[in-house]
This record gives sequence, C-alpha cells and structure tokens, in this order.
Amino acid sequence: MIPIPHTWVLLLSAVLFMIGSMGVLLRRNGIAIFLSLEIMLNSANLVFAAFALKLAHEGQMAAAAAGQLFVFFIIAVAAAEAAVGLALFIAIHRLKESIDVDRLNILRW
Amino acid sequence: MWVDLIVTVIKVLVVSTVLLTGVPIMVWVERRGSAMIQDRLGPNRVGPMGLLQPVVDAVKLMTKEDLTPEGVTGTNRFLYLLAPAIALVVAVSTFIVVPFGYDPGLELFGHAIGGFVVAPDLDLGILYLFAVGSLGVYALVLAGWGSNNKYSLLGGIRASAQMISYELAMVISVVGVLMVTGSFSLDDVVLHQAGTWFGFIPKWNVIPQLIGAITFMVAVFAETNRLPFDMVEAEAELVVGYHTEYSSMRFASFFMAEYINMITASSLIVVLFFGGWTLPGIATPGGWLGALATIGIFAAKVAFFLWFFVWVRWTLPRFRFDQLMALGWKWMIPLAVLNFLWVGVAMALGYL
Amino acid sequence: MVTYVFLVAAAMAIVFALVAIMHRSPVVNVLALIMVFLALAVIYAVLGMDFLAAIQIIVYSGAVLVLFLFVIMLLNIRKVERFGSGRPLQAFLGAAASIGVGMGVILAARQLAPSFGEVIEGAEKGTAIPLGKALLTTHLFAFELISVVLMASLIGAWVLARKEDS
Repeated sequence: MIPIPHTWVLLLSAVLFMIGSMGVLLRRNGIAIFLSLEIMLNSANLVFAAFALKLAHEGQMAAAAAGQLFVFFIIAVAAAEAAVGLALFIAIHRLKESIDVDRLNILRW
Repeated sequence: MWVDLIVTVIKVLVVSTVLLTGVPIMVWVERRGSAMIQDRLGPNRVGPMGLLQPVVDAVKLMTKEDLTPEGVTGTNRFLYLLAPAIALVVAVSTFIVVPFGYDPGLELFGHAIGGFVVAPDLDLGILYLFAVGSLGVYALVLAGWGSNNKYSLLGGIRASAQMISYELAMVISVVGVLMVTGSFSLDDVVLHQAGTWFGFIPKWNVIPQLIGAITFMVAVFAETNRLPFDMVEAEAELVVGYHTEYSSMRFASFFMAEYINMITASSLIVVLFFGGWTLPGIATPGGWLGALATIGIFAAKVAFFLWFFVWVRWTLPRFRFDQLMALGWKWMIPLAVLNFLWVGVAMALGYL
Repeated sequence: MVTYVFLVAAAMAIVFALVAIMHRSPVVNVLALIMVFLALAVIYAVLGMDFLAAIQIIVYSGAVLVLFLFVIMLLNIRKVERFGSGRPLQAFLGAAASIGVGMGVILAARQLAPSFGEVIEGAEKGTAIPLGKALLTTHLFAFELISVVLMASLIGAWVLARKEDS
C-alpha cells in the first residue's frame, strides 16, 4: 500500500510542465530549449505514472502495467529524439558558428 | 528494525573498509607486477618487498599542496571541486549489490544477517548497478570541463563518447545471463550457477556464453578506463587527460575511484560469468566456517581477475581513438547481440 | 516516511528544474537536469515502480544527458544569454502563457479528482515480471516499432552530424 495520492503526482507534473514550457519560450539557446523539452516530456511521464498508480490502487493491474510501459516507450523515443536533435545542433553549429535559435532565420520571409 | 539497521551498518563498514584497504594493496600489486613484466625491480625499499610503499604514497599525497588552476573560478570551480567527490561516491556505492558469500541462514545478535551483500532486498540488483555505474562518467566529464585546460577537455569529450558506446555492449552482453537466470538479483544469478554438468564441468555462465563473457570483459575494461582503452587519460597524447590539473587528495580520489571500480568490475565478472562464490565439488556449506570459505573462494576469483587487469595493462599497447570506437560499435555490440540470440535459441530448444 | 520522501523529492525536482532553465552556464543546466531526473527516479521508486526508476537513471542520466554534455563540450559553449534577456514583451508573454497553461493543468487535475488527495486502498509494490510479460505480449508491436525508430534515429544522427566531404 503506497500512501501517496495520485493527485499529488499530477500536481508535480503540472508544475514541471509549466517550468519546462517557460524554459522553451524564454531561452534562446538551442541546447537550453532542448533541456526544457526534456523536462516537459518527463512531466508527461509523471502523468502516466500517476494514472498507473491510480489503476493499480483500483486493482486493474494490466492497465497499470500498460501505464508504466507508456513511460518506457516515451523514454525510448526521447532518447532517439535527443540523438537526432543533438546531431542537428552540431550541423547548425558547423553552419552558423552558433546555436542561438534567433540566428536560424534563413526560412523567414 | 534497529537490529536490521545495526547489521546493515556493520556490513557497510566491513565492505567499505575492505574496498579502501584493497586500493593500496592493488597499487602495490600493480607496481610490482609491472616491474615483473618489464623485467625491473619495482618498489623494494620500504618494508619487506616494498609492501609499505603504498603507505608512503598515501602520506605523500595527503601532504601535497591542493592546487586549483588559474582561471577556474565561480561555477567552474564548483564543478572542479565536485568531480572527485562524484568519482569516489559512485565507485563505493556500486559495490552494495554484489553478493560476496553464501549465507546458510546465519544469525548475528539472534537476527538473520540476510545474505553477504549490503543491500539484500534490492531485487533489481543488476539494474541498480548499471544505473549508478552510468553516473560515474560525470566525474570524468566535469573534471575535464572544470579544469580550464584543453587536454582535460579532450579527455572529458573522449570519456563521454567512450562510456556511452561501451555501456551498450556491456548491458547487452549481460542480457544472456539474465535470460538464463530469470531474475535481476545477483544472488539468484550466483545460485543458478551452483552445481555441475556431467559431474565435472562447473555450471558457470562462461561455458555456454563464452562470447558474452568476452564482450563483457572488454566492455568493462573500457568502462574502467584501463589500458588498452585508457583513451581518457592517454599519457602520450593528453598529458593525463581529465585529471591533469588535480593534485593532492583530489587526485588521490580519482586514483582510488579507479581501483575501486576495478575491484567492482572484477567482482561483477566473477558473479555474472564465473560462478560467484560457487566451486564445483563443494556443496553449499553450513555454519560460519562454511560462509567464510565461500567468501574466500569469491575473494580468490576476484584476485585473479584483478591480476588479469594488471597483466593486460602492462602487456597490450593503447588503441587509437577511432579504432576504439570502431571496435565498440562494429564488433562488441554485434557480438553481444549474437550471444544473446544464441542463448535465446538454446533456451527455446531446451538446452539451457 | 514514504510520504516525506516523496515530498522532499518533489521539492528537489521543482527547485532543480528552475535551476535547469535559469542558470547561464549550459553545463550547470545539464547538471541540474540530472538532479531533476534523479529526483523523479526516487519518486518512481517510492510509487513502487522500481523498473521505471532504474530505466530513468540508466537512459536519461546515464546516456541522454551525457550526450548533451558531449555536444556542449564538443561545441565548447561556455556562457550563453541571460534567462529571458533582451526582449521584455516577449519574455513577459512567454512567462504568462506558460503559467496560464500550468494553472489550467492544475485546475484540470483537481476537476479530474474531486476527492483531492484521497488514497484508494489496495495494490502492492510491483516487480519487473508483469511489465516484461505485458511488453512482449500485449505491446509487442509497439516494442518492435520502437526498435525501428531507434535504428532510424541512429542512422539519421549519423547522416546529420557527419562532415560532407568524408
């Protein structure tokens, strides 16, 4: 019996999502934006964990396992995304000598 | 509750004392062993056969001046000071899931000791080990970044690339063992290897999974940054890489962490592939004497692999960095996958 | 006891997440993010999801963030702009928007659970066995797709980051 209400986990997730989105909107450095995105992804993971906890409390073990596996899949996709994204930043840095996203304005009209 | 706590504290004290005293002994073995291999004498002035040389080294390191390089200020200074601490903490805390002896229901103060392992209830033992072990790379990376030195920085970059690459091979080569055992607990892994095939071949994992054992050993050499894979501190290219700027006890922390990692790595090789504390022909013994015998068997096997580390270091030349990465990605990972395919096929056909 | 561990870990996650988005040095951002992920791993462990805790540390702290540090060191990014510097209007709008979104999510969470903070009886700490079984039976197709995605991203990263002439 885990004495933690799943709503607390949801709250923490909301706060982390807020912090992450603030980072994405306010930073101009590519790497920092990427890090904020990772925070947002993790807050989504927390929501899955929270509902897995709720379902486990209610005795629906198969659904609870599915909730945990969603987190597993998100972590795997996030790893793939980080690899591609960082490769992109290396390519951009090679081109522009900077990873400031304000300088990526070739496609701007 | 309280007795549990006391038993755990005793275990922690014993294990950390053994680990920390193992370091000077290993330093002595390394220096005398290298001397033997290179046909020199090695340290032989302090104590019989130079046995007290590590004590002198320790005193020397402790009394040296603790320097911070010029220009390392503010945030960088914090990272510079943090790095050796991370190295030592990670090195010591990985050992707690390694079962170093057999517990036939022994009691201390009328209370079960719960196995010769510091954290017996951690049923995800091997995952814990990989998780904490993977944090060790930060010590190297932060030391490289914080030192404000280009050789240190190069060492840190190499460390991050090398550690990630070889961690894959290391984890995949363990999958075969986990499949055969059906558990993440290292205790179960050892118990599964007790007994013999045909009455004389020990049921150690190394025999059906020779490829896995070899890839694991190679990957572990890379993870502990030992020659032939010590690209991170390659003396001939990078001065000494990430710890170029460190002196005194901070340097000693990195040094101790390296040797403790070696001890943990050897223990892991023994536990996963060479039967842990089991020995063919010896049934599970009872009583404190039997438990001590299993600890002795385990220690002897670990000592062999520690010697193997020294032996390899002073025999093989260093790889080039691109060769190292090519070996990791093009040979070690496919071989590790081959091993776990073979184990899967053998299990499906009922041979394992 | 478990409740206090959860609260401390949650507080750590929030504080270090703030450091991660606000500090000027990219290396410190990554380090703070490691602390966030460690705190989240503690939370998973406290919730009885040991396997997730281990995966969180192995994949995120052990691999993804090392990759970030590798890129930061490779590109040698020492110092970057101050948090929200330069454009006061955009910074204000961004902060307001994200706080609004956060408040919305919190309210939605309260709506979703009228009996706020109530613990439902039942359920025990789980192991990795049911997870593994579900992964290789019910969710096998997703599992295989993930491996294709990983392979594709491996090749994609190689194509993107290599030099043209080589």
